[in-house]
Amino acid sequence: MADTSTKGIGKVIFSSSLGTLIEWYDFYIFGMLAKTISVQFFPEGNETAALLSTLAIFAAGFLVRPFGALFFGRLGDLIGRKSTFLLTLVLMGGSTFLIGLVPSYKAIGIAAPLLVLLLRLIQGLALGGEYGGAATYVAEHAPANRRGYFTAWIQTTATLGLFVALGVIMVVKSNMSDAAFTAEWGGWRYPFWISILLVGVSIYIRLKMSESPLYAAIKKEGKLSVNPLKESFGHKGNFKMVLLALFGAVMGQGVIWYTGQFYAQSFLENTCKLEFMQSRSILLWAIALATPFFLFFGWLSDKIGRKWIMLTGMLLGVLFYRPIFDTFLKDTDIKKWTKTEYSFIKEEMKVSMHGEDSVLQISAQYQTPDQSKFTRVVTDTLYKNRDELQHIVNVNKNAVFINKEINSTTYYKFIFLVWIMVIFVTMVYGPIAAFLVELFPTKIRYTSMSLPYHIGNGVFGGLVPFLATLLSTTFVNDPLVGLWYPIGVAALCFVVGALYLNNKIDEDVND
Amino acid sequence: MNQLKRIMGVLWMLLAPVIIYFLVMGAVHNIGAGNKDINKPIPWIIIIAIFTPIALGLMIFGYYSLKGEYDKLPESSEEI
Repeated sequence: MADTSTKGIGKVIFSSSLGTLIEWYDFYIFGMLAKTISVQFFPEGNETAALLSTLAIFAAGFLVRPFGALFFGRLGDLIGRKSTFLLTLVLMGGSTFLIGLVPSYKAIGIAAPLLVLLLRLIQGLALGGEYGGAATYVAEHAPANRRGYFTAWIQTTATLGLFVALGVIMVVKSNMSDAAFTAEWGGWRYPFWISILLVGVSIYIRLKMSESPLYAAIKKEGKLSVNPLKESFGHKGNFKMVLLALFGAVMGQGVIWYTGQFYAQSFLENTCKLEFMQSRSILLWAIALATPFFLFFGWLSDKIGRKWIMLTGMLLGVLFYRPIFDTFLKDTDIKKWTKTEYSFIKEEMKVSMHGEDSVLQISAQYQTPDQSKFTRVVTDTLYKNRDELQHIVNVNKNAVFINKEINSTTYYKFIFLVWIMVIFVTMVYGPIAAFLVELFPTKIRYTSMSLPYHIGNGVFGGLVPFLATLLSTTFVNDPLVGLWYPIGVAALCFVVGALYLNNKIDEDVND
Repeated sequence: MNQLKRIMGVLWMLLAPVIIYFLVMGAVHNIGAGNKDINKPIPWIIIIAIFTPIALGLMIFGYYSLKGEYDKLPESSEEI
């Protein structure tokens, strides 16, 4: 009979989710402050620093997370869930805090990017162990009939982490000048330092928690695994399930998640050239409005099974990504905007000297009859002793259109479309923790579920921007070509999942 | 359904070397061709180093499928 006791589950979810929230907070502040960080630690024009910068950004995301999953997963199965994900929390939050203390490249030279790389690697390793611990811990406390619902709470922490990161950066930024914020020991370091407060609170809460009851039970019975890595990946029966989890669920979940929550924003900003604040607010509204659906789909998976909810999310992504992104392109197409008469708002002119010649940049802002705005930028080199105006006329056809501000109707339409994509994310992501927990036995669960999860998210998901760029540089005529990567991976995962996965909920995870 | 699972196993096995081939060719064509991340060797080395074992995993998955290892999924940990 299923255990239906939920006493103390709120505390369990809170303490587990807080760590995952910090994980996301750390992830977002590094991304949001990337430009400032690169100026402080990785100066341009130095090849070694550039190499370290690439490694710091790539290695922590792709190379290290699966290793962290193996290392901390093994530890979690050997010494317990509670102690392990307490350790990952300290390492992750501690390294974030220390990044905020590393002196700049100007002060200590190449040691600065080296230290940042080292701390990023520790952060990535710890990150590899955090989610598996939280998911396992919550799932092993949850009653069988509500496992999907309770573990879905952990999935909402990505959104909360994003909002906390954004909030902290905005509060710091609004209380100082740009110069004070970007200075060597300026405000950009505060969000890194604040991380230690969050970690402190989380450690305090986690220390008060007890070990997972299922883990404690098998420990008492002397049934702990002696070598979780060997049992997870060396034992054919379990390795089969690891492969099935990866190719039938997590791989597709990774690309759907990354496309909906990250690639969409990058596309609006870089391809559609939407104004900075507008593209961000579209994503924030969409994520905020979609977040409760993590819980809904987690709850629903307890009723009707996990498999078809996750696979439907993937299938919807496969079917709708191209039409949705095509709508973004069409609605921000400048040719369409300038078909009708548009009015001039203001113009700015900048001249910067380059030796005897100079570079002239004219930025003119316009408004269309439907209240959309755009900036047309014309850049030209002015050669000494030549006719300046002649040059401007010649380069008119090379004008670029940036800072596009869509009108309110299109703005709400874009929020809706991004919201739809985040709904797909909630479908694939909401039930996944419960699904993974149910796939593996208690004694090797932490190890077995962490690796496919981090390959799916870190590798398949994290590669969306890189492979999208690869495709768009190879096939230059299709601006949507980058979508074939997530579509292809999700389609493959859908076929594998539909054919091979079971929709049955495993009520007994105490085995 | 089990017959289909086994037939698809061949496809998964073939897909793995195709993926590795495309990644290596992508690296050859793009390294040094510009100044984006995609033109640097490090990301390619990392990606190929990580994707090769994953592709091999897909090949093993295909092999297991072909052999009928997924005809029936275990219903409890004792069956694993």
